[in-house]
Amino acid sequence: MKRLGKVWTVIVYLFLYLPMIVLFVGSFNDGRDLSEFEGFTLSNYVTLFRDTDSLALLLNSVILAVSSALLATLIGTFAAVGIHSMRGRIRSLVMTVTNIPLVNPEIVTGVSLSLLFVFVGRGLLHTENVLGFTTLLIAHVTFNLPYVILSVMPKLRQMDNQLMDAAQDLGCTPVQGFFKVVLPELWPGIISGAIMAFTMSLDDFVISYFVYGNSFVTLPVEIYTNTRKQMPPKFYAMFTLMFFVILVVMILMNVIQARDESKQKRRVKGA
Amino acid sequence: MKSKALASPYILWMVIFTIVPLAVVAYYAFTNSAGEFTLENLANAATYWPTFLRSVGYAIAACVICLIMGYPVAYVIAQTGASAQRILYLLVMLPMCMSFLLRTLAWVALLRDTGLINTFLGFFGVGPLPLIRNAGSVIMGMVYNYLPYMIMPLYTVIVKLDPRLIEAAQDLGCDSVQTFRRVILPLSLPGIVSGITMVFVPAVSTFYISQKLGSTSDVLIGDIVERQFKSAQNPYLGAAMSLLLMVIVFISIGLMNKFTGDEEVTTI
Repeated sequence: MKRLGKVWTVIVYLFLYLPMIVLFVGSFNDGRDLSEFEGFTLSNYVTLFRDTDSLALLLNSVILAVSSALLATLIGTFAAVGIHSMRGRIRSLVMTVTNIPLVNPEIVTGVSLSLLFVFVGRGLLHTENVLGFTTLLIAHVTFNLPYVILSVMPKLRQMDNQLMDAAQDLGCTPVQGFFKVVLPELWPGIISGAIMAFTMSLDDFVISYFVYGNSFVTLPVEIYTNTRKQMPPKFYAMFTLMFFVILVVMILMNVIQARDESKQKRRVKGA
Repeated sequence: MKSKALASPYILWMVIFTIVPLAVVAYYAFTNSAGEFTLENLANAATYWPTFLRSVGYAIAACVICLIMGYPVAYVIAQTGASAQRILYLLVMLPMCMSFLLRTLAWVALLRDTGLINTFLGFFGVGPLPLIRNAGSVIMGMVYNYLPYMIMPLYTVIVKLDPRLIEAAQDLGCDSVQTFRRVILPLSLPGIVSGITMVFVPAVSTFYISQKLGSTSDVLIGDIVERQFKSAQNPYLGAAMSLLLMVIVFISIGLMNKFTGDEEVTTI
């Protein structure tokens, strides 16, 4: 029974990774077709780095991911502190609203924001092309906020509420207390929330697809446009490189979490 | 009192960019291009009922398959040693961060008539089998894309199971099947429910998977909505369909939550 479970697990992991292996192999393929290997080449990687267009797209995605993650982390961390001190019906109402972008289908979030932008664009700004970087940023911050809040809230719950009182008794102003006592306690949650927001934003296609404009195109949107034609193999090269970047990011995140957990454990033992 | 105010920029943001947009969807769903109130969009959307039915059916099938595939995996991960556990869990999460567009495209290369699997089968004189452009390939695409969403909450619940409960069941004479059915399964119900919700919502609303892996008779709600905004330019019908899609999603989440709620009552 146990062995059967292990064999099954291996099969499922193969299922998850098979298409990714196809893409890795495709990145070294001397042809455009993923299902025909016509010889080993590195030219796709060379094209990728020579081609300013695809790097510009990646840069666009990174700029959007960094700025939306930072903004969401800033608003979300303060929000988590605020929500933590709320009680009863107001708190559950705010948490329900926080959950809306998480449970709502992405396509509905995308459509609803695009309708809002076009509505405001026509009615207030008198323009037909309101869509661009700003609308993408707003959309990304909106779907990133719940992730930041949900990763900061547990840290607030773990924190000893008397720490803040102690800091103030020892002469800290509330602002000093927040920065010197509360913030260091929340740090692991803030960091993992920010990283999560960054990766969600970097890879988002569905919501971006409805709120992007031709003035600012992101990598996933461009990839989608290409899936309707013949996909240039440089994107397989980019996929392969991004796989390793994300692998490193996730390992780092894991190390941060592991360190944080062992710190918590030590503290429990010490108390 | 003061710290509550820290949440106000967030609350303002969510009102403007989450609640108001949903109100705008409702507004569009009930108006025509002249700006008058109408029920026509909803009536039009209702004529797509076979599409709604198909989307819900495919999504349910994907949920069931994900559960059957994912449960043993979550169980095995939860039973391995601490460091291997971290790596296995990370490997489940990792595909979620990679472009699902390209990963789905790779499935096209695997499944199509001249694709990798059929070429491989061809060496043994089998096929080509019709692996793509049918209901099965669309459901498989959903399972592939959303399986991690099932494994993650299952793992979270199973890893927290108290091993003493399982030992107690065995001491009291349960065989392994009974232990699973009477102890492990009921205790992992919250994970099952949240896994099903996390698979169902994206599966029922997808449009890319059906475009790439389905035939023209596998059109889903997401495809129709996308078409209204991107090519047919009928946001009124698109809004009405989005509204119905949202209603379906909230009803199913409500049903799922009620299911766990009742279960908790009976176990107490």
